[in-house]
Amino acid sequence: MKPAPFEYERAADLASALSALARYGSEARVLAGGQSLIPMLNLRLASAERLIDVGRLDELRYIRVDGDEVHIGALTTHNAVLQSPEVAQHCPIMVEAYRLVSHHSVRNRGTIGGSLCHNDPASEMPLVANLVGATLIARSASGERAIAADKFFKGNFETALHPNELLVEIRVPIPPKGHGWSFQEVSQRKGDFALVAAGAVLALDGGVCRHVRLGFRNVGATTFRLPAVEARIEGQPPGAALFAAAAEAAMTAVDPPSDLHADEAYRRDLVKVLAERVLATAAARARQ
Amino acid sequence: MPSTQRITVTVNGVRYERSVEPRLLLSDFLRHELSLTGTHVGCEHGICGACTVLLDGLATRSCLCLAVQADRASIETVESLGRPDALHPVQQAFWEKHGLQCGFCTPGMLMCAVELLRANPNPDRDAIVEAIGGNLCRCTGYQNIIAAVERAAELQHAMAEAA
Repeated sequence: MKPAPFEYERAADLASALSALARYGSEARVLAGGQSLIPMLNLRLASAERLIDVGRLDELRYIRVDGDEVHIGALTTHNAVLQSPEVAQHCPIMVEAYRLVSHHSVRNRGTIGGSLCHNDPASEMPLVANLVGATLIARSASGERAIAADKFFKGNFETALHPNELLVEIRVPIPPKGHGWSFQEVSQRKGDFALVAAGAVLALDGGVCRHVRLGFRNVGATTFRLPAVEARIEGQPPGAALFAAAAEAAMTAVDPPSDLHADEAYRRDLVKVLAERVLATAAARARQ
Repeated sequence: MPSTQRITVTVNGVRYERSVEPRLLLSDFLRHELSLTGTHVGCEHGICGACTVLLDGLATRSCLCLAVQADRASIETVESLGRPDALHPVQQAFWEKHGLQCGFCTPGMLMCAVELLRANPNPDRDAIVEAIGGNLCRCTGYQNIIAAVERAAELQHAMAEAA
């Protein structure tokens, strides 16, 4: 249970991290908090010829409100985001989801950027990024690009980042006042990866649901939001019957995996149950 | 052959300079390089919490940290807490409340409790469960561990008042 040998360098600043990535590209892996990568290296489920340690890039640890967005540096630790008053005020679904992410000591080291780039199929933050419509900022030695969340996550453990790119920032639009949200999951124990996770965000306008976003995690490699189900709710007054019908539709819209922890039928059932719960809670919060 | 790296780490107040392979885990560095075997290795992939130390004051799974990542950091292990003739209040409380049986998970539990009580000297039961919730114990069923952390908070208050 020890990693195989690898070369290691610690980037002193962002520029040297980017030039190291430009030089080594896909031969190298980025090491941030290590809470996902190091277990895989220890179990030899992953290997690396070279690790580029970006853990000392304090310039990428920040949470700032910038106009109508919250900007989070990619190396901000999970606990820093969880405890942030700005995130609590402007992105409460992220705080609610963060309470379900692993355990306190893992959240002390793990980073939001690391989790998004690792894209474990049962991790929470990629779903949150989709639900809030986040933009991911990727930088390389030759420039910068902005990638919308719905284009960033490609498949299990795969993102749209090129080998020479580093995720530097997550931009979250501040939702309209009075929006409602909910993030819930079912796992075997608190802190475990979700068997299924669900989230909903919506606003109430003139008595009907607007800006509806509904999504799930661990129901298929590239599934996040369900636009067809969202469309059934958009423009309708909230209510138990509407949400029950949406939950039925969600259940049939996904193609969940069967594995050691849960079979397909159980995951479908979880989608249905969690869909109703997150929609009801989001609607109740939107009324407040 | 990957090159070794020179690191400087402060552990329990003592500064060490060593050359290490990059792949050396902090848990193995503490145990094998520094002979500080109080930090226990249970699963080596970050799910049991027995290897928990404080890194710059933050509870950290030392099997999920490379020794090279701890360069210039300050580590506290269970050895920093007390001596058999002068137990740390957290250790005293675990003894009083029978918060351990085999003792394998105990160093990790103690370091989580120390971090918690530094940040929150009056934790309620939920806060205690959250702090130790990532640490597995195969012996006790956890109830005495929770009671021990509650007792530790009491002892620390008593000590503060006496001072």
